[in-house]
Amino acid sequence: MKNTLEARHIVKRYGDFRALNDVNIAVPKGSVYGLLGPNGAGKTSLIRIINQITMPDGGDILLNGEPLEPKHISQIGYMPEERGLYKSMKVGEQCIYLAMLKGLSKSEAKAKLEYWFDRLGMQGWWNKKLQELSKGMAQKVQFIVTVMHEPDLLIFDEPFSGFDPVNANLIKDEILQLRDQGATIIFSTHRMESVEEMCDHIALINKSNVVLSGKLSEVKQQFRNREYAVSLITQDNARTLQSIPDLYNAEGIELSGLDNTLDFKIRLPEDITIAQSLNDLTSLGELTHFSEIIPSVNDIFIKTVKQDG
Amino acid sequence: MTFVSPMIFVGVALLVGFLTSLNNDTTRKIAILDDTSIYAPLFEDSERTEYIILENNNLQVAIDASKTADYYGLIHISENKNQLGEVTLYSDDSPSLGFINEIEDKISKKATEDRLVARGINLETIKESKITTDLKLQSYTGVQTSKANGWIKMAFGGGAGYLLMMFIIIYGNMVMRSVIEEKTNRIIEIIISSIKPIYLMIGKITGTSLAGITQFIIWVILGGILFTVASTFLGPEAVQSPGNEMAMSQLENMDKMQLIINDIMQLPLLKLVICFFIYFIGGYFLYAAIYTAIGAAVDNETDTQQFMLPVILPLILSIYVGFFSVMDNPHGTVAVIFSYIPLTSPIVMLMRIPFGEIAYWEIGLSMLLLYVSIFGVAWFAAKIYRVGILMYGKKVNWKELYKWLKY
Repeated sequence: MKNTLEARHIVKRYGDFRALNDVNIAVPKGSVYGLLGPNGAGKTSLIRIINQITMPDGGDILLNGEPLEPKHISQIGYMPEERGLYKSMKVGEQCIYLAMLKGLSKSEAKAKLEYWFDRLGMQGWWNKKLQELSKGMAQKVQFIVTVMHEPDLLIFDEPFSGFDPVNANLIKDEILQLRDQGATIIFSTHRMESVEEMCDHIALINKSNVVLSGKLSEVKQQFRNREYAVSLITQDNARTLQSIPDLYNAEGIELSGLDNTLDFKIRLPEDITIAQSLNDLTSLGELTHFSEIIPSVNDIFIKTVKQDG
Repeated sequence: MTFVSPMIFVGVALLVGFLTSLNNDTTRKIAILDDTSIYAPLFEDSERTEYIILENNNLQVAIDASKTADYYGLIHISENKNQLGEVTLYSDDSPSLGFINEIEDKISKKATEDRLVARGINLETIKESKITTDLKLQSYTGVQTSKANGWIKMAFGGGAGYLLMMFIIIYGNMVMRSVIEEKTNRIIEIIISSIKPIYLMIGKITGTSLAGITQFIIWVILGGILFTVASTFLGPEAVQSPGNEMAMSQLENMDKMQLIINDIMQLPLLKLVICFFIYFIGGYFLYAAIYTAIGAAVDNETDTQQFMLPVILPLILSIYVGFFSVMDNPHGTVAVIFSYIPLTSPIVMLMRIPFGEIAYWEIGLSMLLLYVSIFGVAWFAAKIYRVGILMYGKKVNWKELYKWLKY
């Protein structure tokens, strides 16, 4: 698959501090790429380098195979985490100005804006000043400013903060639709459920290094550790619990449901097959549920960051 | 505000003029107690002053009477055996110097004449023998100037220098505020993902300087028109401040007016105007670059205070050097040196220009130094700007700024 963006051996120093230390990422075309990491890990530094806001001290960036140059700004759309627009400027004028900075002509910008205003239900906002809008409304304007020049690469830093659930969903759908139309999306967030929902690739940055990257399904594969969720209906719960073999590492035991179902989690050692464990479990009672627990992004994140120290 | 502020300026000047003329409309009543009976007739009623001659009163009665009648004052001329004794003005107000001079002149002139006559000297003879000298000022090349020449030069040079300082401060602050606004709004990140910070900075400074020049031109044109209109309607004295009455009365002579106009025409006006624009743009760019760096370094306007001193100090210094050293000797060492230092040269050189023949190479060198230093300062400012606009929540000091230069 072709990569929209490749960052190779990126190094960024601020004085004595290394914000990025030999960072490599490859963002495949048409993907939603999750850029994860704890606060201060270096995500924003990397995003700023991709946006040519700051220059790396080492390494290079390729956009669609070409070394990144100032002319590429029109192919990138960026929504920073800290949102900001001119407060006392009218919405329409402001959007046109920012679109023209990205290389659109005035008439193109106007046409695009009308389309987006219509689409997001913002008719009548044209002559309003930004300070008259609510935070959520301003966020919508910010979103349009980011996407209206139809860039190949869209970078969203915490795109859903400040939106109510309805509007967050609306924006999520818009982002996915942009992907379907061929845009590549880099998505930096701390909200793991939205990563789970939207991203197909991730990279985890911790302490200036990429500690984990790749296709989300492959990363999960790597972190899967034979954990299963089990539900059993038994005659005597206390006796059953005692008879679960120790080697299954049962934990998180709870009672639930109308039939006093016993819910718990097991982790199978390497030498025990699923069939074998099923045999053992059915002998204890009526097995109503048995499924693999796929590690969540949240778990992966916490585990990796903790391991990294 | 672009159009309104010059109107407000002229409006205030007119208002002051109008109020002053209102103030002068009330006639002053002054009582005269003349023990000699010789001098009282000298005091003739004028437009603003009415004299009341009190007769056959003793001093205390006269004082009481004046006080009860609420007169402005009482002039008492005491007698001393047919000779002039003392003249006293009783008043609760402080009379103006002009008024005092007027009384003294009237009485001493009459007394002198009377004494001359008493000694058998014909007054006509004296009048006929009187010769007045009027010193004419002329340059070696034969150009005539008026005595007010020095003042005119100071007005033009000082005015230009002062205006330049005001514009640098006003528009420099404007640039700084706009940098802080973009930074605190966080829109800066969006903009500099589209254009290089250096372009944003240059664009910002250029835009504001053009706004400044436009404003200046509007001021000059509008102010000129309004002042002409105002002076035609109200006469010159209405627009003048009252303190200048004395000076004006001396200049009422048409020949002298003509000389003053000649003086103004002989000033290197075109040179002054052209230099004003060149120095304005240069000086403005230099200071605006510094203002931009300051704006980028801080998070809000209150934090700018600690960095303002190095901006304001050279500006104030140039005004002082201009008003003291340049007026004293436009070719003196101090004046010359300060008209080469880029931070002070715009103001000091502008003030030197009306005062003396400044060689073109001198102006050229001063401008060259100014414009070269703009590049140097802008380079440093751009470095601070580039780092500063993305730096939040950090208390910045000089040491920190120095570190940014190395990023």
